[in-house]
Parts: sequence; C-alpha cells; structure tokens
Amino acid sequence: MTQRARNWLLLAPAGTWFLVMLLLPLTVVLVFSFGERAPAGGVVPAFTLEQYANLPARWTAFKNTMTLAPIGTLASLLIAYPLAYFLAVKADPKWKTILLVLVIVPFWTSILIRSYAWIFILGGRGLPALLDWVGIEGVRLINTPFAVLVGIIYGYLPLMVFPIFVSLDRLDKRLLEASSDLGAKPWATFLQITLPLSIPGIATGCMLVFILLMGEFLIPALLGGGKVFFVGNALVDLFLQSRNWAYGSAVAVTLVLVMLITVTIYMRLINRLGASREDVSIM
Amino acid sequence: MRLYASCVYIFLYFPIGIIVLFSFNAGRHASQLQGFSTQWYGKALSNPFVMDALQTSLLVAFTSALLASLFGTMAAVALQGIKGPVRTVFDMLIYVAVMIPGIVIGIATLIGLVTVFDQLNPVLASIWPGDGTPPKLNMGLGSLVAAHTMFLMALVIIIVRARLSGMDRALTEASSDLYATPFGTFRQVTLPLIFPAVLAGFLLSFTFSFDDFIIAFFVAGSETTLPIYVFSSIRRGVTPEINAIGTMVLAVSLVMLVAAQILLRRGEKKSK
Repeated sequence: MTQRARNWLLLAPAGTWFLVMLLLPLTVVLVFSFGERAPAGGVVPAFTLEQYANLPARWTAFKNTMTLAPIGTLASLLIAYPLAYFLAVKADPKWKTILLVLVIVPFWTSILIRSYAWIFILGGRGLPALLDWVGIEGVRLINTPFAVLVGIIYGYLPLMVFPIFVSLDRLDKRLLEASSDLGAKPWATFLQITLPLSIPGIATGCMLVFILLMGEFLIPALLGGGKVFFVGNALVDLFLQSRNWAYGSAVAVTLVLVMLITVTIYMRLINRLGASREDVSIM
Repeated sequence: MRLYASCVYIFLYFPIGIIVLFSFNAGRHASQLQGFSTQWYGKALSNPFVMDALQTSLLVAFTSALLASLFGTMAAVALQGIKGPVRTVFDMLIYVAVMIPGIVIGIATLIGLVTVFDQLNPVLASIWPGDGTPPKLNMGLGSLVAAHTMFLMALVIIIVRARLSGMDRALTEASSDLYATPFGTFRQVTLPLIFPAVLAGFLLSFTFSFDDFIIAFFVAGSETTLPIYVFSSIRRGVTPEINAIGTMVLAVSLVMLVAAQILLRRGEKKSK
C-alpha cells in the first residue's frame, strides 16, 4: 500500500464524520434560513429573505448578548489580569504550576453545576438573607443582569487567566530589571513594558471568552430567570418550544455572522496594536 | 497582590465548596446546616431517573470518547505526513468545529438529521423485507454519540498533533532506515510516544461529553443524560439531592482531569 493510499484510509473516517455531522447540518441551517415555515412545524423550501426581515422581533436577545458579552469579557479581563500577573511574575516558582492548575480545573468541570451553585448563593435564602440579617433589606440578586454577569465571570475567568499567564510568563524578566535600573517607576515599567508585551495574551483570552459568550445559553437561563436572555435562549425557544425552524435558522446564521464580523474587526484592531508593540520591544 | 490572588481563589472555589458542603447537610433547607448526613446521596442513587440518566451519560461519554480518540488519532497521524489542499481542508474543518458555538452545532445536528431521517425512513420502509415493522431512524443515543464524536474528534486531533509536532522526527527516520515497515514504525515508535496524548485526549473527551448540556439538549431525542436531568430538576426547584448529584459529577470530572494531566506530563518527559 502506498503512503498516499494509507493516508487517505486514515483520514476517511474523520473526513466522513465531519462531512455528515458538521458540513451537512450547517448547510441545512443555511438553506432553511431562506425557507418558509410549514404549517406542521417543518420548513417549506423557498428563497425568501422573510426570516431575516423578521430579525428585529428578537432584537432584545441580540441587544442583551451584544452588551453583556463585551461587558462580561472586559470584567473577566480586569479580574484575571492581576491574577495572571501574580502567577507569572510574583508567585513562588515552586507553587506556580499547582496554582495555575487550580485556576484551570474549574473550567473543565460542569458549567451547569457551577452556575447552579450561584442560584444557591444569590437566591433568596443565600446572600440576600445574609444582607437582610445585617440590616440591608429587600436586595434581589437572582434573575438580574448582575447575577448573569457574576455567572459569566465565574464561568470564564479560567479561560482568561491562562493565555495572559502564558504571555507574561514568556516575557523576558531582564527587561523589567533594565527598566527599573534605568530609573523607571514600577507603574511606568508596567505601562511601557509589561502591558504592551502581554497584549497577545489579552487578545487571545478576550477572543476565547467573547466567542463562547456569544453562544451562551445556560448562564442566562439559570441566573437570568427568563428576564435576562441571550440569543442562545431565543434559539432554544425557537427550536424546542415554538418549533419555528426557518426563523430559528435565520437567527442562528445571524449569530454566527455577527460573531465572525466582530472577531474579524477585533483581530484587525489587535494587529494594529501589535504593530505599535514592535516599536516598544525594539526600544 | 497575594491577598488579591487569595480572594480570586476563594471566588473560584467558594461556590463549589458550598455545593459539596450542603450535599452532606442533614436538613432539607438550603439556609441552615443541620449536621452531617449522606442521606441525599442515598436518595440520589436510589432514584431510578437519576440512575437511568447516569447510565446514559456514561455510555454516551465512553462511546463518543472512544470513537473520537480512534478516528482523531488516525487523522492526526495522517495529517502529520501530508501538505497541500487536503491538509488545509482539515485545518478548516477543525477550526469550524471548534469555533461554531455549541448551541449552533446542536441546532444544526437536530434539523440536519431530522431532515435526512424524514427522507430515509420512507425509503427504508419500502425496501424492508418481510412483514415486521421496519426500523425507524430517530433522534436518540446514536445521534447524540455522533454529534459528540464530531466535536471531540476535533479536540483529539488538536491534542495529538501538538504531541506529534513535538516528537523528534529522527526517531521515525531511524526506524525506517533500519528496515521497519511503516506499520512497524508506527506500532513500535510513534504509538508509544503519542499514547499518553491519545489517552489524555480520551479522558478530556470523556469529561466534555459527560458534562455537555447544550448539544445533548437538542440532539438526545427522548433520552435523558445526567446534565439534562439536573437542568430540568433545577427548573423545578433547588433540592439537596441536586447538591449530591452535582458533587458526584464534579468528582468524576476531577478524577479524569488529574489523570489526563499526569499522562500529558509523563508524555512530555518521555520524548525529551
């Protein structure tokens, strides 16, 4: 058997699987998004933009996603950065690995169970009861945008810490020494050396978190209680409750498009920032 | 700085700790601790719905992780040796599989498979020999395993390729110079070196499949996996039983993760 034939044989199962379980379903979604709703709940093939024209009906879901996803990403960044900095620069090397693993472990455990924990904490018998006890009454936390934001930060913090840690860990520590030897204040060193050199890590972390947040369903479903909902929640409603496949497909296609466009613009911006970073590293 | 780090760690582990703590709570209510008890574990483990869901979850996780590790490793090994359009296409497929939100994968699989099944079922009925009722293709365990395997294959390919590219090429070259057959080289040189990565890929895949809610929610048909069961019981209200199930789910992931970490580490040392 030639090497060529062998490679084809090795690739065949994975290739077929991707074809049937990824490309075919995605194509069906794209085709259905131009179709019409059948009375029985299915889709009548057609070529109409009617479904896309109807998108404003789900405007709130898009608006919530496009506000809470960036806010959640930014909040995670602000909380993750100091921790990543601590792990990469300040922490005792002996403890570094174990501390890092401790950050990542929660990410690989069930997000369902971890979000459920916050229902417990933010719900009526949890934190509000405690606040009540110290005299602050009538605080409602669960089913608010705040609860969803807490859930988001909690769920995705590990994903933000890791890439930033990697970029800070790679950073040549002699640059920091040189900077302080030349009389730079710690803040100046941070702003002119550490921060610019960690931009690739920040970019990766933000992108990962943002992409996952765009398709989020569980956190708003559990902590937003139907009041704070994302596009993901609208999709579940459209496909599993009202069974409007044509319209649901249009919403799904739009979600992926919005995601791709945002990520592309974002990458452009980062590359431009990266270009100016070169000057710093040469200095 | 250290204080800040401690606060973040508390933030990360406090909610998990709360669940574990209350799963051992004797009382019914979430608000007060009333002594130690394992009654909720007993209750969860004797609940037929929980055991059914657990069985389904384990079966799906094991099957899809196994298929994904097998086909993913095969693809990763082949991709290592080729360049050109085929490789570009595979890189793109893996990228799409990882980038597209899970919820969109779930939806796409649901309507894609239902559409295909609707076309195939009449054909199947017409060619079915004999009088018995012809088999009907439906959403269920099969579609769930197929959907998980697709996504997990991408994950395994990424992990195994990282291992392969870190491998010293001289080893395989030496082996073929010494007249080993390609299969002999694979079995005696490549496989032992990438095996820890393959096993780690299997364990991570298992964890992912076991914890997945969103894809299963769409494609599981009438089957109930453990996350689907937990999700629907949370909707009905918070009970101590969910704390016990949650603690067990966390424990399963934790064991898998630790094993995967150890394997990946050992693999790195071996090849150096």
